[in-house]
Amino acid sequence: MGQTTAEKIFAAHLRDEPFPGAKVLNLDRVFCHEITTPVAIADLEWRGKDRVFDASKIKAVIDHVTPAKDSKTALQAKMLRDWAHRHNIKDFFDVGRNGVCHAIFPEKGYVRPGFTVIMGDSHTCTHGAFGAFAAGVGTTDLEVGILKGVCAFREPTTIRVNLTGTLQQGVVAKDVILFVIGQLGVNGATDRVIEFHGPVVEAMSMDARMTLCNMAIEAGGTCGICQPDMTTVDYLWPFVQEEFASKEAALAEYSRWCADADANYEKVLNFDVSVLEPQVTYGFKPDCVKAVKEMVGTRVDQVYIGTCTNGRIEDLRQAAEVLKGRRIADSVRGIVSPATPKIFQEALNEGIIQIFMDAGFCVTNPTCGACLGMSNGVLAEGEVCASTSNRNFNGRMGKGGMVHLMSPASAAAAAITGVITDARTL
Amino acid sequence: MKKTFGGPAIFLDRSDINTDEIIPAKYLTEVTKEALKPYCLEDLKLEGFDPKGEELKQARVVVTRANFGCGSSREHAPWVFEVNNIHTIIAESYARIFRQNMFNCGMLAIELSPADIQKLFDLEEAAAGKIEIEVHLDRQEVVANTGAGAETFRFEISPFDKALVQAGGWVDYADARY
Repeated sequence: MGQTTAEKIFAAHLRDEPFPGAKVLNLDRVFCHEITTPVAIADLEWRGKDRVFDASKIKAVIDHVTPAKDSKTALQAKMLRDWAHRHNIKDFFDVGRNGVCHAIFPEKGYVRPGFTVIMGDSHTCTHGAFGAFAAGVGTTDLEVGILKGVCAFREPTTIRVNLTGTLQQGVVAKDVILFVIGQLGVNGATDRVIEFHGPVVEAMSMDARMTLCNMAIEAGGTCGICQPDMTTVDYLWPFVQEEFASKEAALAEYSRWCADADANYEKVLNFDVSVLEPQVTYGFKPDCVKAVKEMVGTRVDQVYIGTCTNGRIEDLRQAAEVLKGRRIADSVRGIVSPATPKIFQEALNEGIIQIFMDAGFCVTNPTCGACLGMSNGVLAEGEVCASTSNRNFNGRMGKGGMVHLMSPASAAAAAITGVITDARTL
Repeated sequence: MKKTFGGPAIFLDRSDINTDEIIPAKYLTEVTKEALKPYCLEDLKLEGFDPKGEELKQARVVVTRANFGCGSSREHAPWVFEVNNIHTIIAESYARIFRQNMFNCGMLAIELSPADIQKLFDLEEAAAGKIEIEVHLDRQEVVANTGAGAETFRFEISPFDKALVQAGGWVDYADARY
């Protein structure tokens, strides 16, 4: 019988099966940031095992609170920095070169089809966009990953999501994934991988596929996975051209990770997204999703554009297209955080930063920023934020604050009018 | 280090309690588990629940509904329970990362059927909140003791998760084996 992408990756990486169904996998990548790694480092030191399994497979970045805002976050950054230097982890990104982990690591070409990736961050599922198995884990799994290069998983079953039709103008990957989460529910994919198929995914850029896979966790999914194709190869080509005689050869190699036609799925969901409208969340769970047109007129105090979901160059272009030649409402604070220095530079070169500034946005350095209310852009009690991030939990951006998740274009439209707005009506 | 399980239980009557409610992100700047202690469930808004109250302070077990611990991968969520001596959670289901983090720390994330969870909530109501849970990992049973008597519930746990709990967590287990 055929295999899903996740089943192929599990089979190729199986190190041990101590009990039936408990799969210990060899890891190709262990990604680290300054919030969840320091406790692992401290525990390894305390155990007298301050070692790393393979410094070339470990990548580290300071992204959640950067530059440090106080002594505590300075200590977290220092612990990660000292550890990276101590173990000769060359791919470590500090202030000035750092960006949001799930944007900068793919941008550097670290993720390849068929890879196993863990990180102490729930949105690690983003990297499944490359046809990899990438899962968010806690600090203990991270610690064992750093020390031994392995991680244990229950072999996940796979839900296949077929996205057919053609997206309307102004409807993007963020709208699609919000819709899918609304259909699945916040635990509809727990212990499952979501495999995305169909012409809508095939037509998506890598940026869009990362947006799609980024939010698999919001349905409880272990990983979202797209099938590697020529779009994947084109993205990775600068990093892999030494390895292959041609792009076709790379595609042939990567295609072996594609799911077999007779693979077994727990369920198959078919969505024709031709009629899909821009989507937005209400309430405090990411599966509380409506069409933007049903929420039009809802007041917002802050607009946040950025994050591992929507801080990439295409996202900024989509927002800038709406903002161009316009000013944001006096009642709104607009904040944009390009996700990496490279994206920031591209946005500068393309005049996008100028558009944001002319519109009245505050442009911050690359960081996770306002998304989780632990550095800048925190909401006051009773305030509302239109955000391109991935979580609308109660208090997520600050105690007593409310977050509405939406696409970059929808967020830009809300900034202009001060209320939730369908960008297509501006 | 091996943990002890069971004791007075606190009941949280809602599904989808997320990691931001268990430990808000602003406390993730701490680099020791102990520092998290005062902030357990700080952002959980639930009728009759006080995160600073005596009931939580006395609790050694949490009983709740479905999809507990959804959201972030932060192990700070299990840790904030650990440093408050809550080593046992009993729920209908968990988010994957939270569940794994519990076992990885050598703690118990016990799953019972929705009917059994409802029975526990009913027992708690009848006993006006005075309920103690015994955990027998060897025979995979939890016993709910109220003034009116005791009721036993059998639970399933994978042999791997059980081995992690018995080893005191994943680091010790993996270090001995890989």
